[in-house]
Parts: sequence; structure tokens; C-alpha cells
Amino acid sequence: MEFGPHFLLATLEGALTAAVLALTAVGLSVVFGIMRVVNVAHGEFFMLGAVIAWFVSTLVGVHPAIGFALALVAAPVAVGALAIVADRLVLRRLNYDPERTIVATIGLLYCIQQLTLMTFGPDARPVVPPFNQRIALPWFEFGEQGLQVIWPWGFGITTYKLAVIAFAVIILVGLWQFLARSRFGLVMRATQLDREMAQAFGIPIDRVYGLVFGLGAGLAALGAVLIVPIRQAHYLMGHEPLLLSFIVVIIGGLGSIPGTIIAAVLIGLSDGIISVFFSPTLAKIIATLLVAFVLVFRPQGLFGLRSA
Amino acid sequence: MKKENTQHLAGVSRRSALKSIGALGGAAAFSSIPGFTGMVHGQTDEPVRLGFQVHRTGIGAAYGRWYERTTNAAVERINNMGGINGRPIEIVGEDDGTDPKRGAEVVEKFATQHNCDAAFGTLFSHVVIGSAPRAGELKLPYLVVSEGHHVASGILNRYTLQPCITDVKSQVQAMAPFVHDNLGKKVTMIYPDFAFGHDHRDYFSEAFARRGGTILEQIAIPPAETAFTRYFPRIPRDTEILYHVMVGPAVLTFVKELGEFFGGSGPALFGFIDSLEAVDMNSPGLEFLDGSYFWEGMPRYQQEGMLEFDAEYRAAVGVDANGASISDSRDVSTYAHMFGCWETLHFIRDVMTAAAGSGNMKQAMIEAAEGVTDIAESIEHPQGAKLFNGKTHQVFGHQYISKVEGNRLNVVHSTSIEDTFYPDEVDYTQQEL
Repeated sequence: MEFGPHFLLATLEGALTAAVLALTAVGLSVVFGIMRVVNVAHGEFFMLGAVIAWFVSTLVGVHPAIGFALALVAAPVAVGALAIVADRLVLRRLNYDPERTIVATIGLLYCIQQLTLMTFGPDARPVVPPFNQRIALPWFEFGEQGLQVIWPWGFGITTYKLAVIAFAVIILVGLWQFLARSRFGLVMRATQLDREMAQAFGIPIDRVYGLVFGLGAGLAALGAVLIVPIRQAHYLMGHEPLLLSFIVVIIGGLGSIPGTIIAAVLIGLSDGIISVFFSPTLAKIIATLLVAFVLVFRPQGLFGLRSA
Repeated sequence: MKKENTQHLAGVSRRSALKSIGALGGAAAFSSIPGFTGMVHGQTDEPVRLGFQVHRTGIGAAYGRWYERTTNAAVERINNMGGINGRPIEIVGEDDGTDPKRGAEVVEKFATQHNCDAAFGTLFSHVVIGSAPRAGELKLPYLVVSEGHHVASGILNRYTLQPCITDVKSQVQAMAPFVHDNLGKKVTMIYPDFAFGHDHRDYFSEAFARRGGTILEQIAIPPAETAFTRYFPRIPRDTEILYHVMVGPAVLTFVKELGEFFGGSGPALFGFIDSLEAVDMNSPGLEFLDGSYFWEGMPRYQQEGMLEFDAEYRAAVGVDANGASISDSRDVSTYAHMFGCWETLHFIRDVMTAAAGSGNMKQAMIEAAEGVTDIAESIEHPQGAKLFNGKTHQVFGHQYISKVEGNRLNVVHSTSIEDTFYPDEVDYTQQEL
């Protein structure tokens, strides 16, 4: 394939990765920023979102678009509720101790994964996208008759992929507005800045923590619902988003939402471009190397505050 | 620990016993030399324990599910016919997670904890390669249903055999002339990046070049990959044929993205059915496959007038004429591969019957197997006649090429057994037992 279309295709693929990654990583970042909990089970919340989307869209035997729309609401809500329960039953009892919550969320990871294996089974299952038309993209080339429009083979994207990118942007903007403008956003930011002072002002920290954990898990689930019509639901699909989310959150700065989004776009696009031109393995190697550099030269991340 | 039966049959060597398998119980499976009449006596009726290394989870789960169903059906049939030397078969199934490390542990469990007489059933080549050395060390006959060239290449050991499914090297060698003569001369290959895919890469390229064709590009994809579009721009524009073989849970995504990528144009397609095993041909997004070609180990859709015992075998394993489960038409089988379990279990019965009465059943079984040559087409070998090579421990058989027409696969070409031959690369009989 010629360089121009090849590069544009890589960028579009990268944008898709970045969109879903931004949603997932912001969920992880919010949880860390406010609760100081490193949620190792985050990838499993992602996976659960995809699995629930499959159940909802299959059980509701109507038009795929309606099933999918239902899943888009039901899966994040259900996963968020589960996360709130997990917070009550597990994290709160550990007093959100940073070390012990890591171990606890590792346990949660295995519980969720194995329960999914026992119920959903080991197979990958497809979800029908609500709409999916291929759009062939044109390219311009100087030929014998001057500038010509050509339609290179393999150069295209689907409407659904474009919709995923657009939808993720809308959700992220909405989330940003929610955190910046709403009362709950204010409470969350207050809790993040100084937990004890917030408590002294009468903020119910426990309830805020529960809701934040639920919000983080719900965002991961939302990312998964968006990607599942492209990638299928599978009980092991949580590994890669977990790894990439950690990479993004570390590069962006733990707890910084703008940093997380910028890092997600950076990692998503570079992953897409490097994967297409070289290999996906090289993309992972470079991303991990970048994390190492960030940890050495700027441990708080690109946008993180020094005093964490 | 259960004691092996130590009774010897006076005057009958294992080898001559084996050659008479065909005469036993009308099995007519192997070349029969008359003269062996002394049926074994004094056997225990304790079950024959067979370790079944099954991919219940991990990337091979779809295959595992169907290998298990096929195995259960075969065991039921064999036990109804009197088992092995009057002993029923008991399957000890153990999940290996489609993981080589776990595979070796499972083999060890079969030998030391479960006291199995043999192990069988492994499909994924990296699991076979990870497990076979342990089976060799523990002297446990290990009969794989894998297709990898690993057995015949000589890298494994005398206790490992692949008696009922052909290997990739012979398959692709038989495909190359068809692809070259009918589909195109310039090929780009897409294959999974592990042993099985490397067999495709190496041996198809070799066979295709020998025929005069050119390989333009070789694209390796990790078997656990879930997104594929980003690999496709590497397909060169002058590609005439795209040769694809993919495994893992995301094969449906793979073919769908392939269709979306080309969007109705692009090169002709020749695939190994692995890219579509356990996938419904009617899935949305697969329409573009119409007119493309696939290799099949055994035709998924029942073919008129082909394979005499196919219908009976389908009924036994619970598969309909479209290759899906009788109870759920969306549950599509891994039909092109799973016959290997059915046939291997009958093979095990035959060689254990031939080896009966010898001091060391496991060794005798290997020697009996090494003496097998012709395997006739029968209900016990419904995929077709085969020729077993006792030196390389690998079987050779017919291959099928099918064309997608109206959402079904119709066989358009079948190869002879001779088309799949290549010179021996190893003589396992020279290794110590």
C-alpha cells in the first residue's frame, strides 16, 4: 500500500484504539486519583462490560440496534453496581490501604475471570453492531491527466468505527463537564485534594469512594461495550486493556484526567501507527519503554503533581 | 499402583500380533495377516485409563469442546463393543488451558497420579511440543491429534505418535499445486505466529516455489490477537492469492475484518478451514467469502456420494449435515479436525488389542503402532483411508479443497494419499523404548 493511504489508515485504527483506551484508562485514573487504589481488576470490569453486552443483546431478541442500545446502558450500570458492592465488601474493610488493596483487587480479578469462565464459557462470542457500512476512502494521485482521485484497495473504514470514536469523545467531554461543574464533581475533587479536610466538612467519604469505584468500573465497561461489536466478548479480553491503561495512566500522571486522555491519544495513535507499519509487538515494546523513561525522568507522569 | 498384566502369549510376537489387528472383531482396520487367533485371556476387567489432554479453556477452547464430544462418542461406541480386551475405556479428562507449561504438568499427572495407560487428544502444536518431552521421559504413549509437523520432523520422541490426522507439511504440499494451477502465481501468506503457523510458512512456501510460484509477503499474527485490520495493509497490491490460516478465539473477527478491509475487491482467497472452525458460515459479514476456497481435513457439509461412513459418524457424534450440533444449529463443530479423536481412540483400541498380554503394555503399544501401515476407510476411520509411517510416527491421508457457494462449502478437489508424501526425516524406531 502507498504511504499516504497506509498512514491515514493507521491513524484511523489508532484513533479507534485511543478512543476506547481513553475511556478505560480514565476509569482507572479516577479511581487512583481519588481513592489511591491501584485497581488491578480494572481489566476484568472491562471484560464484564463486553460479556454483559453479549448477554443483553442476545437475550433481547429484537433488532441488533435495540439490543445494543440497551447494552450500552445496562452493562456500565451493572458493572458499576458490582464495583460498588466490591468496594463495600472488600476495599472498605481494608481501609483502602494501598498495598492490601492491590492484593485484594488481584483476588477480585481472578474471582471475576473464573466466574465468567464458569458461566459465559471459554468461547469468544460476537455482538452484532447496530450499523456497519464500509466507507471506501478516496486518495489523490498525480497521473497522466493531472490530479486524479483513486480508490486504493483496502483503504476504508466502517461507519461503526467512526461512531465509536465520536461517542467516546462525547462521553469524555461529558465526564469532564461533570467533574468540573457538578456538585458531585466538586465533592470528588475535594476528596482527592484532602481527604481528611473533606471529611471535616461533612463529605461522606465512604459513599464518595463507593461511587467513584463504581464510576471507574462503569467507564471501563462502557469502553468494552463500544469495542465488542468489533472484537467479540471473551473471558480473557481484560489483560490488554489493563496493561495499556496502566501504561497510559503512568505516562499521563496518576490521577490526572487531562494527562490520562492525552496519554491515551498518544499511546493509542502510536500503537495504531507502529502496529500497521511495523508490528503490534514493537508498539507494546515502545509503550513499555516509554513508561520506563517516564518513571526514571518524570516519576509523577507528564501531567501529574509532584506531591502525590 | 495397578499391576500391568504380565501374561505373555506363547509363540506370538508383538509384531505378528499387531499385523493381525484387522482380523480382530471384524475391525478390518489395518492390513491383516491371518494366523493370529489366540485371543487374550486372563485380563483384568479394570478399565483402560486414557488421559485426555483437552483444551477446555484458553485459545483452543472451541476445539476442546468438540474434541471432548467426539471422544465421548467414540468411547461409548468402543465400550458398547466390548472395550479393549474386554476392559472398558475410562477417560481421564484434564484441562491444559491450551498452555504448553500446563500441558507438561497434565501429562505428568496422567502418568503418575492417574496411572493412565496412554494419553491422547492434544491439538495445539505449542502444547504438543511442550508436553511430548515429558511423555517421553515418563514412557507414556502420547497420541496427538494436532496436525503440526513436529512429530514427523523428528524433534519429539518414540512415545509420541500422530496416527490419525495428517500433518501440515503434507497438507500444504498437496494444496500448493492446486493453488498454483487454478488460483494464481503470486501469494501473500497470513498465519498464526507459533509452531503450527510456522509449518505453514515454511512448507507451503517451499512447495509453492517448487511449483514455480512466488511468495510476496509472509504476515505472522500472534494467535491470541483480537484486532487484525492493522496487519492487512502489509498485503502487497500485486497479490493474486491471499493464503490465510488463523486460529484462536478471534477467528470470526479475523475473517470479518478481512472482508471489511477488501470491501469486495482484493485478491482471491485460499484459506485453511482453521480460519473458520466453529464459526457459522451464515454469520453476518462473511458474505465476501463466497467463491473463495478452503482446505478441509474432513468436509464440514455432508457431500453427496463422498465418504461412505460420514453420515453414520455424524449421527454418532451429534453433528448434522451442515456440521453443526444436532441440538443447536448455531453451535458449529470443528469438523475438519475432530475426526482425529474418534479415529485415534479406535487406533488405540486396535494397537492395545494387538499388544495385549505383553509384559509392558506401554512399550508393546508403541511397537504395535509402529507396525501399522494401511488404515482402511471404515466407520472407525470415516475421514478416509490412510497410510501410517511407523518410522516417522505420522499418518498420511486424503485432503479436501472446498469452494464457498451459497454459504456452504462444497468439495471441488480431493487429493490422493500419494500427493502428501515427503521423504522421511526421522526413524523413531531407532530410539530406545
